[in-house]
Amino acid sequence: MSETARKESFDQYAGNGMLDVDAIRAQFPILQEKVHGNDLVYLDNGASSQKPLAVTEALSRYYASQHANVHRGVHELSDRATEAYENARKIAQKFVNARHAEEIIFVRGTTEGLNLVAESYGRDKLQPGDEILVSEMEHHSNIVPWQLIAERTGSVVKMIPMDDAGEILFDEYQQLVSEKTRIVAVTYVANSLGTVNPIREMTALAHEVGAVTVIDAAQAAPHVALDVARLDCDFLALSGHKMYGPTGIGILYGKRELLSKMPPYQGGGEMIRQVTFEGSTYADIPHRFEAGTPNIADAVGFGAACEFMWETGIDTIARHEQSLLDYIHERASQADDLRVYGTAKLKAGVFAFTLNGIHAHDIGTILDRQGVAIRVGHHCAMPVMRHFNVAATARASFAVYNTHAEIDRMFDALDDARELFGV
Amino acid sequence: MMDDLKALYQEVIIDHSRNPRNFGQLESANCHAEGVNPLCGDELTLQCLVDDDEVIKDVRFVGQGCAISLASASIMTEMLKNLSKAEAEALFEKFRSRVTGLTHTEPADIGKLEVLSGVREFPTRVKCATLPWHTALAAINGSDEKVTTE
Repeated sequence: MSETARKESFDQYAGNGMLDVDAIRAQFPILQEKVHGNDLVYLDNGASSQKPLAVTEALSRYYASQHANVHRGVHELSDRATEAYENARKIAQKFVNARHAEEIIFVRGTTEGLNLVAESYGRDKLQPGDEILVSEMEHHSNIVPWQLIAERTGSVVKMIPMDDAGEILFDEYQQLVSEKTRIVAVTYVANSLGTVNPIREMTALAHEVGAVTVIDAAQAAPHVALDVARLDCDFLALSGHKMYGPTGIGILYGKRELLSKMPPYQGGGEMIRQVTFEGSTYADIPHRFEAGTPNIADAVGFGAACEFMWETGIDTIARHEQSLLDYIHERASQADDLRVYGTAKLKAGVFAFTLNGIHAHDIGTILDRQGVAIRVGHHCAMPVMRHFNVAATARASFAVYNTHAEIDRMFDALDDARELFGV
Repeated sequence: MMDDLKALYQEVIIDHSRNPRNFGQLESANCHAEGVNPLCGDELTLQCLVDDDEVIKDVRFVGQGCAISLASASIMTEMLKNLSKAEAEALFEKFRSRVTGLTHTEPADIGKLEVLSGVREFPTRVKCATLPWHTALAAINGSDEKVTTE
């Protein structure tokens, strides 16, 4: 990747606003909770972020005054629900900067979005011997769906390797891309390392051989201004609950020309045009891919989460989190017994580490007793663990409401761990 | 620092986790089992020598994991030697009751395993403490078949 491209990615990512953290924190009631008698320090945002009042109130308001089923009633409430649901789709369209609202499919989350592409696009297009390139730093949800579809179609999954900093080896990727490549599946931000990948450059290369790119944006969505028009990626999936929205809702973006030719993923109500026992015809996109009553309320909540991020300023959020990341790396550099996983030049939101002589699982327990919530384990990224020859790491991951003082709390708790273990 | 953390990570536990007893391969083993905790990546392989009277004559393990699972495996291997299969199962039941806090009667005598009773205050860590036992019992219960097939 060229220096200019890097700089451009960084400018897009960094932002330049100021943030009133206290005012932000006041919007998240859960941050007032006590954990084992201590103030909560929530650093497990990579697993799931907490929710602002704007989101929980939108859910409550929807159920209190707008709810009925969508797209089928002739009555007023059904109209309101349909309008709220389709408005959420328009917000999502704007959130990822898609050209058309029908390019947004509501799904349960990133995992369902990726499975939808594998099942519908993959099953339709993949031939024996075709290749699917998947990066080494993927979450299992962007590996296993491709293995499943490869098994059924006779296609082959190949790994795009990374270096020890956790960056894609771009030269190796260039070597791998060939006429056989049909799909390139890669994460925008790696959940186990924090690496921000050069999606635009990887997509451009894939397009040279007629392949499509499928982007896992689950970890990117809370930290990076998404812009599918600029990235030119073909598919992109994300989860609401990692970006201040409700659980059980996410979106799949797909280019209209691709989605409109893809066969249905699930059959049921909503997704049909006409059904007879001789055969059925299917609805246009996006409804073709939304069988059954959709998750209306959480789609509305998802829209509220997007609006929360806009009001706070995505660039402002990114800048604040970058400052937290810089600070935690600086503190880590002062500890000889701490090993950091993921030292890419461009990182977002995630800090993974181990401490010599103390298993990550024990670190997690000790930190929890001090009120500090982190994730420990393999982070659903076993190939990454294998790359670094480690069974488990500890991971602190940030959201807009985290503070530098909370990072200090985490390091104080790490001192407790050292004391207990006598290291 | 909090007392329950100190009760969990006693010196004995730290010592067993750093220098696990009966760690390594058991050449004379006639049964074995593997245990994994897919949530945290802990894994251990346990080998036993069980005689014709269903008495555990020797037991060894290899693996990697957190301090609790390693210490639990280490202490377990010390206690299982010369126990019958039935005695091992009974001891595990007592131990499990202790670490899950389910016991409604007078605390049973669990000997050296007492040092692990602090796990009771940490529900998310109970699996770490019991994984070695589940693995050992799986090994012992599979041994009849293995012995007869050989």
